[in-house]
Amino acid sequence: MIKPVYSKGKLAAKTGNEVMAEAMRQIEPDVVAAYPITPATEIVQIFSQFVADGKVKTEFVAVESEHSAMSATLAASAAGARAMTGTSSQGLCLMWEMLNIAAGLRLPVVMAEVNRAISAPLNIHGDQSDAMGARDTGWIQIYSENSQEAYDNMIQAVKIAEKAKLPAMVTTDGFIISHCMEVVETYPDEDVKKFIGEYKPERYLLDTKRPFTMGSIELQDYYFEHRWQLAQAMRDAKKIAVDVAADFAKTFGRQYDLYEKYKLDDAEIAIVVIGSTAGTAKVVVDELREKGVKAGLLKVRVFRPFPAQDIAKDLAKVKALAVLDRADSCSGTFAPLYSDIASALFANGITSAKVVNYVYGLGGREIAPNHIAEVYDTLGKIAAGTQKPSTDVNYINVRIK
Amino acid sequence: MKKDENVKLTAAQLAIGGLVEAGTGEAFHTGSWRSDRPVWNKDKCINCLTCWISCPDSAIKTAQDEKKGTVVVGIDYDHCKGCGICARECPPKVAALHMEAEKK
Repeated sequence: MIKPVYSKGKLAAKTGNEVMAEAMRQIEPDVVAAYPITPATEIVQIFSQFVADGKVKTEFVAVESEHSAMSATLAASAAGARAMTGTSSQGLCLMWEMLNIAAGLRLPVVMAEVNRAISAPLNIHGDQSDAMGARDTGWIQIYSENSQEAYDNMIQAVKIAEKAKLPAMVTTDGFIISHCMEVVETYPDEDVKKFIGEYKPERYLLDTKRPFTMGSIELQDYYFEHRWQLAQAMRDAKKIAVDVAADFAKTFGRQYDLYEKYKLDDAEIAIVVIGSTAGTAKVVVDELREKGVKAGLLKVRVFRPFPAQDIAKDLAKVKALAVLDRADSCSGTFAPLYSDIASALFANGITSAKVVNYVYGLGGREIAPNHIAEVYDTLGKIAAGTQKPSTDVNYINVRIK
Repeated sequence: MKKDENVKLTAAQLAIGGLVEAGTGEAFHTGSWRSDRPVWNKDKCINCLTCWISCPDSAIKTAQDEKKGTVVVGIDYDHCKGCGICARECPPKVAALHMEAEKK
């Protein structure tokens, strides 16, 4: 259970969706434009109730699709508003065109994104295929392990996005976090508002005294420079996310980093994972540690920007490493997280670790402690040299033959 | 951000997100595209400003007159593309604008 860390904090049982809506109420953006989709529906549904009840002054725009939701949100942001939305899965897919535009126009839109499988086949349950599909759109991506993190990440995301001038999505695993009730510590409204501060954009379209054009055409001579700016902004966002986390820890007492190391410093075998499965894996790590196995875990929290150098440094001593992806790439080779971890290690000259890739949990398929224990067992054999590391993607808990 | 045709700005010099200050269109002399030119007759003009509000290129030049208020003073040939909308919209009884072939 979550331990309270803030003197003025309040403990309450809330689902991931409820707590994300609560964060949005406290952030009180100027504009929210959204379209409902399972399992993210409740976030904007609860928030629209706050609007109807007069608890926030937000302008709520009920749109006819997610493409319109993102269009209206980014347009509100361009006009000078603090703007937010929420979606999941197919909704994020439909937003794809506008996701790129929000990033390209450098608009600090913040989105609550509930990770859900993508069609076909139709499936409403949790996996990270949706957000992984948007990993190169220029959006900051912050993944949450539980409801507390979802709440804290939402608050931090506003500040990170506005400093980096990049849009940011905060994700939770569909149903596993979005619909499960947990005890969460929330902070007083005024303290959250003080932490995020007032949004004062340098330039905004409703500034009639300094008119400008946004989104004009740029061909061979200028497009590349602006895309470089975008890529550089993402590189610069690492420090911003670290600074905001430090500020957050100073204010509310809860510590965050771009990624979390769990018993990793002396680990010989380790797993890298994103999201709620990190919680399950920590239990397995504890059990293995009791047996004297030097197991560890690295949980990626900020996936975009990807903290490649730091992660590589922290994985340098690991003998065998498994990267667990809750999304497949259908690339004929490895899944997204593995590809980034492997290139991070290689680029930083770390070739000592044997690194294997597992895809798990698609469409909400169960990932239990025994599945993770099996991975650690395999890693132990690879580290001892009694088993050769697989050179292709491995799958957990799927019937193949 | 004004972009000189010859000097290309670097990523560090460019405004982020492709932001372009208003009014850069002034530097583009679209008048060179014209094949027909509108000719304005000051004596016939009643300053109804129908041409001014109809012009897609803001190429009808106006000024403030103490007695008459806003009046037409001519055509901005640097930017007029010669579409002919002004001549078409000018009230037929007034006919203060007509189109002529552009001299090459």
